[in-house]
Amino acid sequence: MVLSQAPKSEWVKIRGVRGDCAVCCRLMELGFVEGTECCVLGCAPLGDPIQVRIGCCDMSLRREQADLIEYAVAS
Amino acid sequence: MTADASVQTPPLPARAPALFRVALVGNPNAGKTSLFNALTGYRRHVANFPGVTVESARGRIRRTRAAVELIDLPGTYSLAAASPDELVVCDVLCGRMQGETAPDAILAVVDATNLSRHLYLISQLLETDLPIVVAANMVDVAKARGLEFDFQKLSERLGVPVVPIVATSPPTIAPLLAEIERLAAGRRETSPQASRAKLPDALVAEIDGLRRLAAPKVNGAEAIRILLDRDGAAADEYAARGGSEDALTAARQRLAAAGIAGPASEVRARYAWIAEMLQGVIRRPDRPVVTLSDRIDRILTHKLWGAVALILVLFVVFQAIFSWAAPIMDAIDAAFAWLSGAAARVIPDGAVQSFVCNGLIAGVGGVLIFLPQILILFGFIAILEDCGYLARAAHMVDRLMRGLGLSGRAFIPLLSSFACAVPAIMGTRTISDRRERFITIFLAPFMSCSARLPVYFLMITTFVPPASYLGGWVTRHALVLLAMYLVGVVVAVPLAWIMRKALLAGPASGFMLEMPSYKWPRWQAVLDRMWTAGKKFVVGAGTVIVLVNLLVWTLGYFPRSESVRTAVEARGTAAGWTDERVEQELAGEYLRESFLGQMGHAIEPVVRPLGWDWRIGVAVIASLPAREVVVATMGTIYNLGEDTDEESESLREAIRSARWPAAKTDVKTGERENVKTADADLSDRAAVGAPGTPVFTLSVALSIMVFFALCAQCTSTLVVIGRETRSWRWPIASFGTMTGIAYLAAWGTAVGARAMGW
Repeated sequence: MVLSQAPKSEWVKIRGVRGDCAVCCRLMELGFVEGTECCVLGCAPLGDPIQVRIGCCDMSLRREQADLIEYAVAS
Repeated sequence: MTADASVQTPPLPARAPALFRVALVGNPNAGKTSLFNALTGYRRHVANFPGVTVESARGRIRRTRAAVELIDLPGTYSLAAASPDELVVCDVLCGRMQGETAPDAILAVVDATNLSRHLYLISQLLETDLPIVVAANMVDVAKARGLEFDFQKLSERLGVPVVPIVATSPPTIAPLLAEIERLAAGRRETSPQASRAKLPDALVAEIDGLRRLAAPKVNGAEAIRILLDRDGAAADEYAARGGSEDALTAARQRLAAAGIAGPASEVRARYAWIAEMLQGVIRRPDRPVVTLSDRIDRILTHKLWGAVALILVLFVVFQAIFSWAAPIMDAIDAAFAWLSGAAARVIPDGAVQSFVCNGLIAGVGGVLIFLPQILILFGFIAILEDCGYLARAAHMVDRLMRGLGLSGRAFIPLLSSFACAVPAIMGTRTISDRRERFITIFLAPFMSCSARLPVYFLMITTFVPPASYLGGWVTRHALVLLAMYLVGVVVAVPLAWIMRKALLAGPASGFMLEMPSYKWPRWQAVLDRMWTAGKKFVVGAGTVIVLVNLLVWTLGYFPRSESVRTAVEARGTAAGWTDERVEQELAGEYLRESFLGQMGHAIEPVVRPLGWDWRIGVAVIASLPAREVVVATMGTIYNLGEDTDEESESLREAIRSARWPAAKTDVKTGERENVKTADADLSDRAAVGAPGTPVFTLSVALSIMVFFALCAQCTSTLVVIGRETRSWRWPIASFGTMTGIAYLAAWGTAVGARAMGW
């Protein structure tokens, strides 16, 4: 399951980032690593990008980037 | 004062050798700028790092006994640089920056509300072997979120001092000052007791291997970047310093064999280290605390209410630049008109008077007139950015901008260029992606700015027959005006696409934008931003703009022969003109005979296909410094005196009644020659320009409007483009492209309108 399809307002546990492109590395550096919890808060008026809370920090991620992030289970 | 590409400033003054140099490093939004201001008291020296368009601010720390210089580095998430800004951080810390040695210590700012991510950079900084002090910022916000910390424990584990601060509250930074003082007094070379992330063994072996090589010398942090960042700047730089490429390739092959390719394993190792460091350091509330910021965000990023709020905010910003600035601009205009009048009374008639009044004073006035709009836009950008809304705005319009190959960050600059492209281009500094920023700079002047309005207004009210539709709610004039505003947008869309695909192609950098918690803007910081932007424009761009204006004045003034005056005065006496009429006729005659007038004649064959005569050509050249000049120039050229504006009835009358001459006068020889059709290889010559027919028809008016909607007739914009891109190629390309498109579009409009029988 990828983060772009994660249920809204639910905390999920990240499994990892797919691939090793530059964007993937940056996502990992930003904290999208295995075991971290995050929560999709909602999306912009046009449906994209999505607003993701990771730790106490909110990030705006385009869906194409959220597609790279896999999550395991709702926690 | 964020580290961004910017204008060139003089080189740094020589430093006293005793100065202790501290680099200020941290993630974007960690509060670096606030801390810098708090430590230095807003006193700074801004310069560009040599060779790169990245700005650095330096300042002396106040209230320390030792002389400590703080160097503000660009915000970065990692030393694995993803942009030129981020690369500078690594270069400075490793002492690779040309003209300066590595700093003596690092002051690292972390956001306490998000310690885990911010410690990532710390883990890399520890490998530079430089002494470090960590400032844990925003502990007040963290407390509001219910977080509790044991910074003592964290400090012991990291092996470096960790000081909790609130950068915006000066009393909290006293302990930090004490730590910096201790560092400066001790002049420790390294922090031997500092903890290190446990990187994979294979990687550690290769790092040691690389560092053992005779030359060049690298530190641990550098070695990791050289080994792991493929096609990265670090490896190129290593090779340039004489590093063995064979040794590097072999090391990378061994790493790949051990399952380490690219930085992914590094990231995992560092986060494992972070988890270890933070074990028992942070106490979180059982249930996440919903802060006021969260509640505000629920509305401001809501699918519907968020959009409504955004439109309201944009409306206020736009309205402010458009109309709040107007009275101040009028006042500046009036002040300079008064100054010019006063100067004219003091200085006797002649070239000197005209130079001072019409060249110098008008030129300086032409620069300062932009100041209100720049200050207002920068005030708004500073407030919106400081309170955290700018990131939300970018988030909400990102999808819209993606069609242009841009991101949400380009939206505010592009929108504000509908008021004025000059502050908008300066405002593109909030765009971190270089290519995106350059595309935005290139597109900004296509948006119809307020200076085009006088041209539209004059042409529309004079030539477009009034009509109204839908019971008077919609008028034809308004529709034409709207069409003029849309022309620029319609051109910008495919242009952006072409630029993205062809000129500035490359992998998408992704859009990952942090949305910081809302907070009250600090007024001192806002005023500081406005002051800096205003100063940059007046000092940096202003001088060039004044020079160009003086050049156009010179071309429009010289040569002046007495024979023209005698001839006009003789004609005036014969026809019984008033003195005023004589002066007006004389001004027109001088302009016609000037170099500018001659240039107008020279370009007449070029503008003829558009249905324009040489006088419109002169007006176009004369309006090169600024579009709005075109109305006054037309006034002069049609002999109406210089204080003509778009509402003047006589100007409308004059241009309505302007006729193509039955014969034209050669300016140089005064010889009259018949308009021959021999040089008219222009197919439309028969239809347009027939002797005695009006010069200005609806088709000519429309083509002038379209030309001015798309052309680059604004020295200020071009100069600012040059300064912001640090290159003369960009303004030249911008001018060439815009003039080319404007010409073609004006021609198309003229032909189309004529075909419609207008």
